[in-house]
Amino acid sequence: MELQTSIRPLLAILASLFAVPLIIVSPRPNIRESVSFLAAAFKFAIIISMLPAILSGKQLVFTIINVVPGAPLQLKVDAFGMLFALVSSSLWILTTAYSIGYMRGLNEHAQTRYFCFFALALFSTIGVAFSANLLTLYLFYEILSLATYPLVTHHQDQEARISGRKYLTFILGTSIGLVLPAMLYLYHVTGNLEFSSLSTLAQKVPGQVMPGLIFLFIFGFAKAAVMPFHAWLPAAMVAPTPVSALLHAVAVVKVGVFSIARVLLYTFGVKILAQLNLGTPVAYVASFTIITASLIALSQDELKRRLAFSTISQLSYIVLGISLLSPKGITGALIHIAMHAFGKITLFFCAGAIFVATGKKYISQMVGIGRKMPVTMLAFFFGALSVIGLPPCGGFISKWYLALGTLQNHQLVFLVVLLTSSLLNAMYFLPIVYRAFFGQEEASIQGITAIKEAPFWCLVPIIITALASVLLFFFPGVFLCLAQLSLP
Amino acid sequence: MTENYPAFLVVTPLLFSFVIYGCSWLHRRSCLCIAIVGLSISMAVSIGLLKEVLVQGHISYHLGGWSPPWGIAYEVDPINALVLVAIATIALINLIGTSREIEASFPDRKGAFYALYLLFVVGLLGIVVTGDLFNLYVLLEIASITGYSLIAMGDPSRAPLSSLNYVFMGTIGACFYLLGVGYLYIMTGSLNMADVKALLPPLYHSTAIVVAFTFCLVGIMIKMGFFPLHFWLPNAYTYAPSPAASLIAPLMTKVMAYVMIRLIISVFSPVFTFSSSLANRGVVILASIAIIMGALMALSQRDIRKMLTYIIVSEIGYIVGGAWLANITAMSGAILHIINDTVMTFCIFLAVGAISKKMGTVRIDHLTGLFSKMPFTMAGFVAGALSIIGIPPTCGFFSKWYLISGAMKAGSYSFVAALILSSLINVALFFRIIETGFFAPPHQPLSSGHAVVAIKEIPVSTLIPLLLAAAGLVAMGIFSGVIMSRVIQPGLARVF
Repeated sequence: MELQTSIRPLLAILASLFAVPLIIVSPRPNIRESVSFLAAAFKFAIIISMLPAILSGKQLVFTIINVVPGAPLQLKVDAFGMLFALVSSSLWILTTAYSIGYMRGLNEHAQTRYFCFFALALFSTIGVAFSANLLTLYLFYEILSLATYPLVTHHQDQEARISGRKYLTFILGTSIGLVLPAMLYLYHVTGNLEFSSLSTLAQKVPGQVMPGLIFLFIFGFAKAAVMPFHAWLPAAMVAPTPVSALLHAVAVVKVGVFSIARVLLYTFGVKILAQLNLGTPVAYVASFTIITASLIALSQDELKRRLAFSTISQLSYIVLGISLLSPKGITGALIHIAMHAFGKITLFFCAGAIFVATGKKYISQMVGIGRKMPVTMLAFFFGALSVIGLPPCGGFISKWYLALGTLQNHQLVFLVVLLTSSLLNAMYFLPIVYRAFFGQEEASIQGITAIKEAPFWCLVPIIITALASVLLFFFPGVFLCLAQLSLP
Repeated sequence: MTENYPAFLVVTPLLFSFVIYGCSWLHRRSCLCIAIVGLSISMAVSIGLLKEVLVQGHISYHLGGWSPPWGIAYEVDPINALVLVAIATIALINLIGTSREIEASFPDRKGAFYALYLLFVVGLLGIVVTGDLFNLYVLLEIASITGYSLIAMGDPSRAPLSSLNYVFMGTIGACFYLLGVGYLYIMTGSLNMADVKALLPPLYHSTAIVVAFTFCLVGIMIKMGFFPLHFWLPNAYTYAPSPAASLIAPLMTKVMAYVMIRLIISVFSPVFTFSSSLANRGVVILASIAIIMGALMALSQRDIRKMLTYIIVSEIGYIVGGAWLANITAMSGAILHIINDTVMTFCIFLAVGAISKKMGTVRIDHLTGLFSKMPFTMAGFVAGALSIIGIPPTCGFFSKWYLISGAMKAGSYSFVAALILSSLINVALFFRIIETGFFAPPHQPLSSGHAVVAIKEIPVSTLIPLLLAAAGLVAMGIFSGVIMSRVIQPGLARVF
């Protein structure tokens, strides 16, 4: 594998950090939002500029400084990091647009703070994607935890306070209480924390410690919301919807699964996990989360909470795919990061659009809403199809690979899990769409006769992400290619 | 010129403190300027000294030209040069940052305040730089007595009593240390550290040396507030005037922790100190208890400043435990933590001092709406808090990293558990305050968009030092690899 030194990974990360002071000093909202936009576009452009090199099998490296012997602050862009960075940075542009529509539409307070911390969150997300070792990843992971706190608690009321406390307890509690000792133990035993697809670090770890260590990482990266460390995610839904959309469907939660994938695939390595047969217990934990979260989602009436439980279940698909330890399963897991991101962000955008346009939060109030907001609900339909995993949407591709992965290792139990969960997904999404278009209108919406969609800035991103979900079915090329390049 | 730096370092503030006191009778307004100039010279000299020692490796300065062991020698190695820079820099920045408050609180006693302030700094710099055991005692008393007086200048209803309590405990500590030095003198006939170190090896089995070491150690532990010898600390630091608190709280205990390490590495030598693994394990367990108890007591406080004083007790446990884990990783972690903890305690005390001035209270539940009123001060506060919790890239994370790696090397998993647990408790401690400050009760309806919040920031002369300290926390974290490989480890290389 060819390594190449380049400052571009650092620039990609810093693009949004440098936006923060500019956002603070912006005299007018229009300038502030333009800065956000420019930063997002600039970041995306730098990341795209690195794509050809990565696709040709190169890796870009940049060492910032040596902080600890054997674990410098170092950035490395490989195919896996690129896949994740591509998804989050492209969706940041759309979310910025959506934020403008949403925040202005609802006349929210403290918008400057909101845009600042959003930029900070993206800074750390891309930092995680491009981390070359576990210490660097941990650093950005923690910055992300703290940067999202003011976003989750944006409303500053009692409910936000309670949710914020839950959020911190779970996220910081696990990262300090579980990941930190696990990482230090790994460092103590191996003296090196670098991610590498040829990693043999785990050979030095005594076999009887391995299961414990692996579960410390899997539960410790609680952003992946593997049960029983999932309760922060539904609570975090008090945040404004763009935050839920980008952070709690894409950036933050995917950082969790990304970190788990990094540790399992690039620190421990598939070979050793397979030798010690550690994939299966992880797969069972993930399967439990998949099914349980789907069942809970069925009973949720608040749309965003239902989406949150759906996210919990979908995140564990990725953990499951990795723990299958078969090439197809891992490929499926990695592209699911992208496919689920586009599908789920569409759904969240729609939930927010409905809230902005009509003030409705509960599914039971959304009967007949499809006739007032046809574009939004159509987009919702496609987003739902993608998350369920039906053609013609991107989600089908990742689920297909996941299913093939279970067959490759003859683990039919997990195929049953995948199919059951798909069925449950259909059960909790499709009735919403059906009733929105064909149900008997509720009294409260009956008054509105004309079509009343969300503001322009909200609607455009919804259409784009919904289209992207569909297009990814026909052209999954880039993500598929990146996923296959990341295979150890 | 350069060769006289060690003397300049200590003598300059000493002379300036006399000048200030004289000046307070003649031209009171110039006191502050003189103090700033004096400390600036110290700071410049300390930085020059650090540069010099990194090149030369070790500097020995003989006061008055008398060669040791008869004369007093000042010994500078990379580690104490770093501590000197930290002391001189913090003393200067704190003076600038709190000057407005000093001027306002002590309109007619400010000459005395500045003179004591500089004398205190003289004491600390001297303690760190001296290579003579008895000279260390003298300078320790200078620092302590000026410290008592500075603390006693606080709130008249509580401060004098707290200071008196500190006087009693501090004197007992100093006596213990002096007794220990006496034993050493009887056994070796020398007071020069290097000389004593060279004379000791044949005496390692003597009970008198063990007793001498124990006396010195207990004395120093009282002075640094090591649990359960910390009882003087919380009240003294809580009721001190805030300009003195943000000087004494970060520096005094940490300098004493450095003295402990200095005694281990350049007097008794690690070979003797760590010869009994039972004793090592005992001290590490005591340190773990100190860490947990400090954190728990901090959790039970309603007053931020008092909470911080218990955090200091907990942090001292980190350093003592790190030193007694008896390997180079943990020892370098302990030394790094001395520096880091000095800066983060300073940062947070400065922020709390500013908040208490502005809000008139430091009770946690009264501090609502802080973030909208003083966003920049709170940014400094949060930086200090994150460093104490140990979130990267702040420096607190990296010293904890070395301490935990060292503990794992020593197989002391109870110390690892104590460190992790205290980090978790610190999260609860600080986010309790951050929550109170962030979730303001709706006094006024939240306005929309670019809300016009009545920002009532602290004066720029305080804000800039605070933000400098906060930035320093991040910079020291990012450059901790450099500090470690260029300063601390070369300093320890000769010892371990």
